[in-house]
Amino acid sequence: MTTTEIKDQLFSIVKVYLPQDVDASAITADSHLMKDLGINSAHLVDIALDVEDAFDIMLDEKDMEAMQTVDAAVTIVKGKV
Amino acid sequence: MEYHKNRVVITGLGVVAPNATTVEDFHKALANGDSGITHHPELEALKFSCQIAGTPDLDEERISQYFTPLQLRGLKASGLIYGVIAGKDALRDARIEIAPKDQALKNLGIIMGTGQSGGDKYREAIHLIDDGRVRRLGSTSVIQTMSSGISAWLAGEIGAGNVVTSNSSACSTGTEAFLMGYERIKYGLATQMLVGSTSDSGPYIWGGFDAMRILPNTYNDNPTQASRPFSDDAAGFVPGSGTGAIVLESLESAQRRGATIYAEVLGGAVNSGGHRGDGSMTAPNGVAVQDCLRMALAHSDLNASDIDVINGHVTATGKDAYEVMNWSKALHRKGTDFPYMNSFKSMIGHCLAAAGSIELVGAVLQLKNQQVYGNPNITNLHSEILEQIDSTKIPIQTTDLEFNRLMKASFGFGDVNAAVVLQRWKP
Repeated sequence: MTTTEIKDQLFSIVKVYLPQDVDASAITADSHLMKDLGINSAHLVDIALDVEDAFDIMLDEKDMEAMQTVDAAVTIVKGKV
Repeated sequence: MEYHKNRVVITGLGVVAPNATTVEDFHKALANGDSGITHHPELEALKFSCQIAGTPDLDEERISQYFTPLQLRGLKASGLIYGVIAGKDALRDARIEIAPKDQALKNLGIIMGTGQSGGDKYREAIHLIDDGRVRRLGSTSVIQTMSSGISAWLAGEIGAGNVVTSNSSACSTGTEAFLMGYERIKYGLATQMLVGSTSDSGPYIWGGFDAMRILPNTYNDNPTQASRPFSDDAAGFVPGSGTGAIVLESLESAQRRGATIYAEVLGGAVNSGGHRGDGSMTAPNGVAVQDCLRMALAHSDLNASDIDVINGHVTATGKDAYEVMNWSKALHRKGTDFPYMNSFKSMIGHCLAAAGSIELVGAVLQLKNQQVYGNPNITNLHSEILEQIDSTKIPIQTTDLEFNRLMKASFGFGDVNAAVVLQRWKP
């Protein structure tokens, strides 16, 4: 799986959790999920579960803490697939 | 606001009931005698004795008008869906505007009661936890299963900044929530209160009642005939679900903002029989029932003769005649002097924790439309009812009636009672 493919898939996962007043075009590789995109912190848990399902991987506590941006998520996913 | 002085009126209604999911349709359905009771293959597959129930009919399109796609992900709590739809409809009906982004509405409170919440979501969580996969619960398990979840959800939608809580008193929950909101406004602690109650759909909430053998088991092929309040062949209550939601408001606030007023709340009472006398966990103490009804009248500064219409609890069990007797004794009225009386349960079943609030919405609609909805499904009035009151006082057909005051009561497991008195609003 290429980095671009992973990134695209992560974008589509994150898109679902955007607040209603934030457009999907706001998502960039280095946008911070909570600070820049306004995603509710409770939903980081759900994003992690969606990432696990999408890439058939398991995330541990450390991964979940590190997964603050799309880029960080790409790095984590690449290390596991 | 002055202490202990406010008059309280009803300025908004919302309902998600087995036979209608908007207030306008609910009025039509009750006036027509439309039944919302249907056969549920799921209950048959699970070998329930009673395979029929009354559940609201909401399609995906309607639901999507109230929830974002994100909110709908993993949403399994049927009661939360009913509660949010009815609650938002009531707030919109009352024309209460959503709070600005940085400031809550400090005089708007919410009390949406429940019996339990999100049984289906809880079941999912239990399976995941037992499999050692607790982290797979995601973020919405708590919100969907906490009793105050509906109140909390609605508080976020509208920006409610007064009390936001949930009450629970079995089948009197809705009527109790109504009184809790009423008291809060009357005593000047809030100016607007969204009150009501919800009951989930499904086998996990109804199973316990099926096991107690208090639901009808001979109407699985004939569901619309199963719920027979007042009738000599009443065979048990038919389980139902849904939400009734009502916006209560101080008269001063309602008039100041030019709100549409449906009716005035004159007063009410709650009490418990304490499982004494005839009372038990499952049976009412009649002395306490009568006390509750008399207290509601007294708090409303009315005499028994002032009551024109009663909307009873009357669940279609062997206790129906006992309830009528308690009303008759409490009001000291019998025969042709007894008020008109009805029960909506022939059409919607017994919506358990939601019963009181759904029926209060119907009661308000009777006052507003000056009609007494009919009581379908009476073969013959129970003989012990006929010993108390004249048969004309329980109309089979919906009847136009010019009347001013309606009394509504709900009674619940735990030997708990709640009664309210409503008055027609004449602008």
